Amino acid sequence: MNDIVEALLPMFVGIPILVGGLLLAMPRHHRLRQTVTMSTLLAMLAGATVLVTMTADGTVLAHPVALWPGGIAIPFVADAFSSLVLTVTAILATVCFQYMIASGEARSPSIASLVLILAAGVAGALLTADLFNLFVFIEVMLLPSYGLLVILSRRSKMGGAQLYVTVNLLASTLFLAGVGLIYAVQGTVNLAELAGTGADPATAVAAAVCLGAMAVKTAVFPVHGWLVRTYTVPSPAVTALFSGLHTKVAIYVIYRLYAVIFDGDATWLLVALVITSLSMVVGVMGAMGESTMRSILVFHMVSQIGYILIGVGLFTSLGLTAGIFYLLHHMIVKASLFLSTGAIEQTYGTGQLEHLGGLRTREPLITAAFAIAALSLAGLPPFSGFVAKFSLILASIEAGALAVGLVALAVSLFTLLSMLKIWAAVFNGKRSAQIEYYAAEARVRDRERLLDDEPVDEIVVAEEAAHAIEHHAPPRGAAALEDDPHDHRGTRIPTALAIPSLILAAVTVLLGLGGEFLLGLSQQAAAGLLDTTAYVAAVLGR
Amino acid sequence: MSLAISIALLVAAGVYLVLQRGLIRITLGFVLLSYGVNLLIIAAGGVARRDAPFFGGDTSGAADALPQAFVLTAIVIAFAITVVLATFATVGRGDDDTEPNSRVPGELGHEAESR
Repeated sequence: MNDIVEALLPMFVGIPILVGGLLLAMPRHHRLRQTVTMSTLLAMLAGATVLVTMTADGTVLAHPVALWPGGIAIPFVADAFSSLVLTVTAILATVCFQYMIASGEARSPSIASLVLILAAGVAGALLTADLFNLFVFIEVMLLPSYGLLVILSRRSKMGGAQLYVTVNLLASTLFLAGVGLIYAVQGTVNLAELAGTGADPATAVAAAVCLGAMAVKTAVFPVHGWLVRTYTVPSPAVTALFSGLHTKVAIYVIYRLYAVIFDGDATWLLVALVITSLSMVVGVMGAMGESTMRSILVFHMVSQIGYILIGVGLFTSLGLTAGIFYLLHHMIVKASLFLSTGAIEQTYGTGQLEHLGGLRTREPLITAAFAIAALSLAGLPPFSGFVAKFSLILASIEAGALAVGLVALAVSLFTLLSMLKIWAAVFNGKRSAQIEYYAAEARVRDRERLLDDEPVDEIVVAEEAAHAIEHHAPPRGAAALEDDPHDHRGTRIPTALAIPSLILAAVTVLLGLGGEFLLGLSQQAAAGLLDTTAYVAAVLGR
Repeated sequence: MSLAISIALLVAAGVYLVLQRGLIRITLGFVLLSYGVNLLIIAAGGVARRDAPFFGGDTSGAADALPQAFVLTAIVIAFAITVVLATFATVGRGDDDTEPNSRVPGELGHEAESR
């Protein structure tokens, strides 16, 4: 059984790329394209789940491509950590693609292929144990992302996309230079052969170049500036997909490299803890000052990435367990938030806090999804965020990093505060009299395929708004309210757009209530990082 | 030594260009940067040994094939991304907020409308 699964590991990369390529050849059959893409993503999810069950006891599955001997072959490896991250990325890709289908974005001919190739690149980056191959897969991930960013952008301005490409290209080039330096020092780029070589100062410097490049991609504090400028540009589904895949793959690589190459060397951990603490504070403070839903959430990512990297900064069993749990929880919750606010943004045509208001009575499904995910992000029980934060703070105290624990606690408070800011302005606040007009404008733009900064015929929009007010029943309970300006009635967000974020919100509830299950798996993953002998032995085929 | 100097020059010029405004210059900067990194990888394999590995049976002077394979892959990727960047530079002209907007305002506005 193990042999067969091991031999099939490269298929996580091969099949999506192959299917993605084939789908490009059928530009007309968008329904077929969506079905095939969805099935491929679901198959990936199923495969990843199988990997989790097989690696849950600490087994490491490895396959040398073309059966070359260990050390020469390009190895594909799945241990508990990579299988867990792979599963969650597959969930996110599936759900985000579901959202793209619901919003009609997936009808565009190349989108399905781009999503599949992106998923393949992520799978490759998670499963490879070869640094150069890692570089290649990161590029495989990035190229379709550039396409998604531009094709699904609702603006004609390309500044954000250009910045995204430039920053990521610079980080990739730096990473490649790091790989070259490692090869110069050690004569190999096989991760297993590099195990423990971080004790040698020259190798440590070379590996630090790689880690630095990855830090740019994670958008941790001193190098986080590009994130907010770029993630606010594309369609919400793309932001959700990127937030779950790109920065998190970089975090995975940091965990993996530090565990294998540096063997968790305690010398540098203090630096990591300082950077992560600053990241948490700076991110959340940035979020407090923003005025659109999405930029608040993106700044939160910076803060949350700080939390996740505490795990590697502590490098204790509990710390790594908590960090990995936090990583998985964060991927799901953040995507849920991006999708729920994205549904609002696409339906009402604006993410500006001041333009929205009073959606609580109007959009019950989205309100539920947002409330659950926001509370989970802030770390309240019974959601997965509570388990994640609680174990992380416990781990900090246990490792003697009391200050980090306190910062994490204080930052949660501000996280909650900025979530309340969105809640107060968008869901609770006074109903904005203009909101029906914005929604009508969004529909007209969508119908006529206009970008956000192109002029729109105001008369058509006014007619559309008047028509909507006339033909929709008022929201339940709102008819009695005298203070309601009542230019807005009925639920506008289609249920199909709300379902993806609801699914992810349900997952965070499940992970919160059944936290012990995922904590057990995370513990196994952490054990694999603390003691890398099984990983090394599997990769080298000994 | 000449290799080290070449890498230094290429990277210095690349960094200088990447820090310029305007995507075309940034693209050219990345081309130079990737040349620099490719030379670095070649240097990593050791440049003293440069014989062909196939003839004579003596491999002690054979060149290391792995860095060459790395560089070949890296060149292909860099080329693909250069094309992407060049596309962005062309498509996004006129709204490139890294460029000063004032060069030929009328023309730029016209271009935006015609898209």
